[in-house]
Amino acid sequence: MTATLDRAADDRLLPGSPLRKLLARPELGSVVGALAVFVFFAVAADGFLRAASLSTVLYASSTIGIMAVPVALLMIGGEFDLSAGVLVTSSALVSSMSSYQMTANTWVGVGVSLLVTLAIGAFNGFMLTRTRLPSFIITLGTFLMLTGMNLGLTKLIDDTVSTKSIADMEGFPSAHAVFASTLTVGGVGFKVTILWWLGLVALASWILMRTRAGNWIFAVGGNQDAARAVGVPVTGTKIGLYMGVALGAWISGQHLLFSFDAVQSGEGVGNELIYIIAAVIGGCLITGGYGSAVGSAVGALLFGMTSKGIVFAEWNPDWFKFFLGAMLLLATLLNAWVRKRAEADK
Amino acid sequence: MTSLVELTDVSKNYGTVRALEGVSLEVRSGEITCVLGDNGAGKSTLIKIVAGLHRHDGGTLRIEGEETTLSSPREALDRGIATVYQDLAVVPLMPVWRNFFLGSEPRRGAGPFKRLDIDLMRRTTREALLRMGIDLRDVDQPIGTLSGGERQCVAIARAVHFGAKVLILDEPTAALGVKQSGVVLKYVAAARDEGLGVVLITHNPHHAYLVGDRFVLLRRGTMVGNHTRDGITLDELTQQMAGGSDLDALRHELERG
Repeated sequence: MTATLDRAADDRLLPGSPLRKLLARPELGSVVGALAVFVFFAVAADGFLRAASLSTVLYASSTIGIMAVPVALLMIGGEFDLSAGVLVTSSALVSSMSSYQMTANTWVGVGVSLLVTLAIGAFNGFMLTRTRLPSFIITLGTFLMLTGMNLGLTKLIDDTVSTKSIADMEGFPSAHAVFASTLTVGGVGFKVTILWWLGLVALASWILMRTRAGNWIFAVGGNQDAARAVGVPVTGTKIGLYMGVALGAWISGQHLLFSFDAVQSGEGVGNELIYIIAAVIGGCLITGGYGSAVGSAVGALLFGMTSKGIVFAEWNPDWFKFFLGAMLLLATLLNAWVRKRAEADK
Repeated sequence: MTSLVELTDVSKNYGTVRALEGVSLEVRSGEITCVLGDNGAGKSTLIKIVAGLHRHDGGTLRIEGEETTLSSPREALDRGIATVYQDLAVVPLMPVWRNFFLGSEPRRGAGPFKRLDIDLMRRTTREALLRMGIDLRDVDQPIGTLSGGERQCVAIARAVHFGAKVLILDEPTAALGVKQSGVVLKYVAAARDEGLGVVLITHNPHHAYLVGDRFVLLRRGTMVGNHTRDGITLDELTQQMAGGSDLDALRHELERG
């Protein structure tokens, strides 16, 4: 309140400053891009605007978005996680196999999976802060190890590349309801993952903008040495960020499992890049220290709209990747340009 | 009045290299002590001892009369000695107010709703800067958009606000233009007027003489002069700083014709 008054009283701040403030938002580029893509498919694809189609788009966006949020936070903190994609599969596999092997309630598997997934996230963070190697190398290592373990352990335990069905096990219906149900609003079905996604975006935004941890995340990504010099716990912040990614992987993994009743152990490879691209399109600076959770959500939405829009327009889905690459370049250029403009005007 | 920091006959070796030998320095409340010397004279080593980055090998270090050795920058900070380094410890992309409180953020609320007290942070940043005579247009701008001089000033205001008794400034005017340097020196004087003891490291005798109360001259690791303001003139200071006869030799060498 006082701050606003102070600022209003300062006549050296020229009017028109709200527009400049808007331009300086990290999400701006992605919002403009998302609007353009929306209008494009609304015109080009029949039925894109139908409620059922939009529900499909939101579902596709949410499965990416749940991971894009923590990946964006990690990127703001100055690091990457290449193991994020296969970690989702690992999380689902652990959940499924531990309930099946122990013949326990599926919720036991869900709990075990949470612990194991968080431990892998903590391992990434611990290795990074201990060895001071680039996160690219550390998580590339974890990525390869997890990819191998997902396949190897599944074959060892189940003799095939997919897990056994857990659909008839105790607790399956309730876990399905939490992680993979469909809610009907006005005759249109919406997947529950959309709620998880929105919840995570809200939580991450709160953390980033309103808490001390958020201040630390920006600081360790923006200038790690300066942050350490003024007493910011750099190690703890980074490990926490990797555990955040693990939490996202756990939610996604449980969705993957409970959408069906079994998991293919080879899934997830390549998704880590999609999460990173969504975060970058959403305005996260690849070098850290800048970005937002809302931006990552808009980036995920762009993905969802493009992947489903191409289907609705009845084009060859092979073009999806081309669109993706073009969008990434455009968004990054737009972001760089907007930020330069905003800062030059000061 | 006891000195805030007093170094007597301090020496420091790096292996077999004698980096500092027999240097004495006194910092008093409300006074500015200037440490002058050319590159490699031992200025950095000297401040690193006071800032807690290095331990001294010989002589004594007294903080408020008590003999001590500092083992970490944190310990120096806890005893009220704040250092503002040349490569400023700020996060360029973060707003001024977030930088100001980084590492010591005030919060309100309880449990999971414990949050940054943003109004207080913004207001305090503005007030603390104003008290030092720094009138910033907008504490929300990224600190990287400020000029080098302004960033120095924010770092100084930050040290003052968090209760430093001794402020060490490492070449605060080295990378700045004439006007910017003047601005920074004004804030150095403002910090002195707040009752802090200031150590100003510089190789510019003109800047030093503008604000300094005491002058310690270093050359190749040894102290070649320790003067109070009334014991030396600017010309003498410049002459000693440039190495007196060295300068004459240089002039001779460069003479045309």
